[in-house]
Amino acid sequence: MTTLAPSRTSNTKSARTPKGAVSAHDKPSYLSTGILILGALYCLFPVIWVVAAASKDGNELFSTFTLAPSTHLWDNIVALTEYRDGLFWRWMANTALYAGVGAIVSTWVSALSGYVLAKFDFPGKSGIFKVLLMGVLVPGVILAIPQYLMLAQAGLTNTYWSVLLPQIISPYGIYLARIYAAASVPGDVIEAARTEGAKEMYIFNRIAAPMMLPGLVTIFLFQFVAIWNNFMLPYIMLGDDHLFPITVGLNGLLNQGASAPALYTLVLAGALLSIIPLVIMFLLLQRYWRVDLAAGAVKA
Amino acid sequence: MRKSFRAGAVAMLAAAAMLTAGCSGTSGTDAGSANDPNQKVELTYWAWAPNLDKVVEVWNEKNPNIHVTVNKQDGGDPAVTKLLTAVKAGSGAPDLIQAEYQKIPTLVAADALADLSGTEANETKSHFPEGVWDSVTLGGDALYAVPQDTGPMVFYYRADIFEKLGLSVPTTWDEYAQAAKAVHAADPEAYLGTFSSNDAGWFTGMAQQAGASWWGVDGDAWSVNIDEDPTNKVAEYWGGLVEEGTIDNKPMYTPEWNTALNTGKQVGWLSAAWGPGVLSGNAGATAGLWKVAPMPQWDASKPSTGNWGGSSTAVTTQSKNAEAAAKFATWLNTDPEAVQALVKETGVYPADNAGAKSALTAAPEFFSHQPDFYEVVADAAQNVGSFTYGPNVNVAFNAYNDQFAKAAQAKQKSAFSDAVKSMQQVTVEDLKQTGFTVK
Repeated sequence: MTTLAPSRTSNTKSARTPKGAVSAHDKPSYLSTGILILGALYCLFPVIWVVAAASKDGNELFSTFTLAPSTHLWDNIVALTEYRDGLFWRWMANTALYAGVGAIVSTWVSALSGYVLAKFDFPGKSGIFKVLLMGVLVPGVILAIPQYLMLAQAGLTNTYWSVLLPQIISPYGIYLARIYAAASVPGDVIEAARTEGAKEMYIFNRIAAPMMLPGLVTIFLFQFVAIWNNFMLPYIMLGDDHLFPITVGLNGLLNQGASAPALYTLVLAGALLSIIPLVIMFLLLQRYWRVDLAAGAVKA
Repeated sequence: MRKSFRAGAVAMLAAAAMLTAGCSGTSGTDAGSANDPNQKVELTYWAWAPNLDKVVEVWNEKNPNIHVTVNKQDGGDPAVTKLLTAVKAGSGAPDLIQAEYQKIPTLVAADALADLSGTEANETKSHFPEGVWDSVTLGGDALYAVPQDTGPMVFYYRADIFEKLGLSVPTTWDEYAQAAKAVHAADPEAYLGTFSSNDAGWFTGMAQQAGASWWGVDGDAWSVNIDEDPTNKVAEYWGGLVEEGTIDNKPMYTPEWNTALNTGKQVGWLSAAWGPGVLSGNAGATAGLWKVAPMPQWDASKPSTGNWGGSSTAVTTQSKNAEAAAKFATWLNTDPEAVQALVKETGVYPADNAGAKSALTAAPEFFSHQPDFYEVVADAAQNVGSFTYGPNVNVAFNAYNDQFAKAAQAKQKSAFSDAVKSMQQVTVEDLKQTGFTVK
């Protein structure tokens, strides 16, 4: 409510002054600042809630005021670390493996495919691209069960491969890479390199890929976050909880069956810890992400 | 009874049209490998009971040749879904799985469980109550699992609040309704209990207490008996209380419910023998305030109760070492040391008669002020009525969740009766569509 009050005064002010003068120079608009602050609060509220809730012990969690923090954060983290001999940290490591390795390989595959689709002419090219576009429209969740059945035939379910392999091919990533390749790798450069006698893979690895780098960072971040948050695929593929990523592991802590209490405090501490790597990642790579979105907007 | 059960099992197998071939194949190949005592066997075990891996460690230390690895699962439903997917896919299933009793017919119909009647597990019959044994044999000659734990239902209540209000513990459902009124009148935010539209197993236990058995076998046909007197009686009773507003209509196991347990706004809980674990985990600060009593009765002269929860250890058809797996399942659920560890580590109420008696001497810590805790529970366990589950329990349970959620929201007695009718209809339709003969 308090944020709404100044926005009203700004309305009356802008009504008196000539239109355009307010937004062009002067102070920033109270109205839009107010809306942005509301939006920021809306996005930050769950994070604040997690931080507050993760610091409570089991009794406080359901009896004290929701946003009142407590002093048990460290106890909860210790309890979480002790849960089944540190299984939580194994889940963190697994997630880092799935998301890190998966995103790197997926980015490379996307870059290569996108580059080929953008810069080479071959029969069936437009057909492949159309299938790819259709693939973008199919949510990954739908594919999880067919992928399970396929990997079961290869005897690969319940292994690291079962989660890594299906996430390496990303239609959306390939689609983005094709756009970036078309926009950022001039055909003349490739021609020149060919004239000099460079092999195709060499041209891609040493010339085209570096030119596409900002776009590839976007694809990498995109895939990294998608894999980090993926639930359905590992949930279906994995039976051994030593292979779980953090999402499936935390879900398991909540669903202990009717005859055991859900481990809310551990889940909350785990949820808090699991977003820290993502936050760090975004702070570090944010610059590339921004630069690239702008670049893509102009060039494509 | 027994004969019709067997016929039912046969009918089910005929419909599934797979089991005999699958099973004889499994046991045939296993005999060879298990006979070699020096061969090391690795078994995987999907289970969700907390700390079960600690019990399994005891086995692994004693049996270096049969090593069991527990893969912790997210609870009964996900584990069964995964197993069914793995069976369809032809690989990926574990050797052993923790299966709730109501899931066994479904799993048998999908050819997921190996027949253990040729193994040493078949010798454990005398360890278990007859009703429990029926649910792992489906009343026939085959044996699909070894019972692990059961959940005879009892009534937990806040003794301190009862005392403050001058209430006595209800022994009949009429008294329960009066107590509910008194609790709600004294504090408009407090309820003696809640009608949970999320916990089909809970409602099943209540219907079972009233004498219901939702599925039945007649010759080679299934019958569905949900929309009958006992279940209708229970639904109308709870519908009436919810309509009056003297009983809460919110589901259990929500953060809101946990809060109410902590703050004394939920004054009682109709639950099962495993209740102390949940209470101490969700409302640890209320230790010493709760007491256990037998379930309120429909007919005080004929005490009975239902069963909520409980599970068994089954061997899957994909296991290449069914014999070793059966040996482990037998040990886990009948060996005195194992049962003792089960009670201590996982907090379950063991199905094994002798084991329950010797392992459950002292009351659980949360109820240490009530030394006769396990006497009350053991008496209740004697009075569990028999109940037959069918091959589409999941459908009936989903129908329960859908229909009763609406009814509880509407707070109308008539909606509760309608919900029972639609459960019946949905369950029968599904059985027919799947290809079972329904009478």
